[in-house]
Amino acid sequence: MPPTAILVEHVCKRYDIGVSGENMFQYGSLRESIAVAASSALQRLRGGRSGLEVSVDHIWALDDVSFSVNKGEVIGIIGRNGAGKSTLLKILSRITKPTSGYAQIYGRLGSLLEVGTGFHPELTGRDNIFLNGAMLGMRRHEINQRFDAIADFSGIAKFLDTPVKRYSSGMYVRLAFAVAAHLEPEILLVDEVLAVGDAEFQKKCLGKMKSVVGEGRTVLFVSHNMAAVKSLCDRALLLDAGSVVAEGHVDEVVERYLGLAREIEPGGSIPEDAVRSGTGEARFRHVELLTQDDRQSGEFYFGQRIRVRMTVEVMESVEPVVAGVVIESLEGVKVACSFSTDCEMDPYTLSPGWHVLTVDIKVTLLPRTYTIGVYLNRTDGYDVDVVTRTVQMSVLNVATTGRDSYPWETLQGYVRAPSQWCAPESVDPSTVGSHDPVASSTKPD
Amino acid sequence: MLTVLKTPEQPEQTATTDAAVNFDVRAIEIAPSRGWEALDLRGVWEYRELVWFLIWRDIKVRYKQASLGIVWAVIQPVMTMLVFTLIFGRLAQLPSDGLPYPVFTFTALLPWQLFSGALTGSANSVVNSASLISKVYFPRLVIPIASVMATLVDFSISFGVLLGLMAWYGISLRLAVVVLPLLVMLALAIALAVGLWASALNVRYRDVRHVMPFVVQFWLLASPVAYSTSLITSPTWRAVYSLNPMVGVIEGFRWAVLGSTPPSVLVVPSIFVTGVLLATGLFFFRRTEASFADVI
Repeated sequence: MPPTAILVEHVCKRYDIGVSGENMFQYGSLRESIAVAASSALQRLRGGRSGLEVSVDHIWALDDVSFSVNKGEVIGIIGRNGAGKSTLLKILSRITKPTSGYAQIYGRLGSLLEVGTGFHPELTGRDNIFLNGAMLGMRRHEINQRFDAIADFSGIAKFLDTPVKRYSSGMYVRLAFAVAAHLEPEILLVDEVLAVGDAEFQKKCLGKMKSVVGEGRTVLFVSHNMAAVKSLCDRALLLDAGSVVAEGHVDEVVERYLGLAREIEPGGSIPEDAVRSGTGEARFRHVELLTQDDRQSGEFYFGQRIRVRMTVEVMESVEPVVAGVVIESLEGVKVACSFSTDCEMDPYTLSPGWHVLTVDIKVTLLPRTYTIGVYLNRTDGYDVDVVTRTVQMSVLNVATTGRDSYPWETLQGYVRAPSQWCAPESVDPSTVGSHDPVASSTKPD
Repeated sequence: MLTVLKTPEQPEQTATTDAAVNFDVRAIEIAPSRGWEALDLRGVWEYRELVWFLIWRDIKVRYKQASLGIVWAVIQPVMTMLVFTLIFGRLAQLPSDGLPYPVFTFTALLPWQLFSGALTGSANSVVNSASLISKVYFPRLVIPIASVMATLVDFSISFGVLLGLMAWYGISLRLAVVVLPLLVMLALAIALAVGLWASALNVRYRDVRHVMPFVVQFWLLASPVAYSTSLITSPTWRAVYSLNPMVGVIEGFRWAVLGSTPPSVLVVPSIFVTGVLLATGLFFFRRTEASFADVI
């Protein structure tokens, strides 16, 4: 059996939410503390329980988490926002202490919770390499040794003597990651740090991560990027509401996570007070999104067909109508639309009563979050009922099958264009740019 | 020939033993805070390079983008000396133990500014490092320690000014200056002791940030910077007065540099008070340190 690198036993972490309950990281003022102490003392005098326990609310960020990681293993930690992933990393990297339980780490530990920790804007790139390296636990001679490699990896060697406050954010991130990438601990804890920089640099980072993994080091990798988790990790751990809900082979755990994510979106009844426009003879009452296998869901695999089912209540007879669905990005960009007359279908004639309209949308949306707007228009252009932002959907960066995915959050646009690429051909440089179908097809002797 | 070629098979074995050796490294234990923690000064020592880097950063950054740069380290104490000389020396005619008032007060301003700089810096140091504390681990004691030590640079510059001033007034150096390093250490220890309390409290109660300027101001008035301890004649008041550990440091400085009355009696309570403050400060800091990342 391989030796253990990380052992976590029944770790719990409680965060006290401030007395006012507004902000859990709220720092108290002296007055507040005195007030709390006074009220608890008063309560004790009256024979009640200590006021502190009554008035201070708390949440359990981690609740009885146990697992172990073997030496040389690469494990992914996944879960929704607020599931406790970052808290777990903070405890393992000794930034904060658990409320109960314990953990042991065997080996030299390096943790990377953000890139560029301790970077000082006034200092030059060169100075920051040393400063940041020291913060991450590197010795001075180690930094000296790896300095050239770091400068080289960052790709901004020319600007090392410029204060980093003059850097573009891209350069900043490159330098920061370059330092982090040359940290060589036996056990590495990594939070969502790969999701920065441009596509090319991200590829480089992923490559570096892969080589770290290849060297047999133990890595604990937290990410929202399922494609990255799948490509780096063998095993994964799914956290939800502070507990481990699944542990095992990465594919199965990712599958569980997606199942969990699906539960986020319940039905899609349109509330009475929704903002609508239109003449109002008919009203949308319900909108739901269905997956390929007819399950209601708010999350879709990349490239998966999206079925939108709208329920309409027709109050009074209305002229023939055109139904439409508009997919909008969260920033409000209308990304794609589909109207019932697009498929050469006649406008619908709807009698008073309830009707269900269904459309299958086959657009390959890139992994983002979108909202669905529903439209009911008369053929002369008048709106009968329009409701935007009815339900939300997220497109995940993994496909149901195969290697098809959109890793790294560097998306160009919203939709992948249906395209056909040809195999590369070798070409004579002198003919480049002079593509003339007539000239190339006619062959002079 | 063939036998020679076969030897390079060895390294693989050494690699595995290497890994095994690394694996034997003392395990990192992560457990809930037990309240009063051991000081773990060894941990701080292991991070001494980080202390050095933080000091180096503080110094590099301090006078960046200031056109006068490091000259500020000279201007500040000199201006204070001029103001004190004008107000306390000329207008109030405070006695200066028979020494020229500018030298008299400047000699006291040196340890005072070292102390007040170190105290103010360390009191805010932890809160100012919030982004580090919530993202990387290192013994938190490193922060106030580095912040206190960084004031030494300004001190050495103003010490040069003192030497110039002494030459100007024709005062020669005494052998007693050899005790100055000890007095400097004492001043830093006092600043660190109070700074540890203040910086740890500051994490939870930002009120500290507003209180510190007053503390420093009152402390200045309660220390013999502008005046001489000979003004205080009642033995009872002298005893109370000497509880202020900076009294011993400042008197010691005047004695070592200028040859005024030796502070033998006053330094003892100073050292004692400092010891108590430092020990309690260290333990208090260690006790609250566990929650820094959660509340900062």
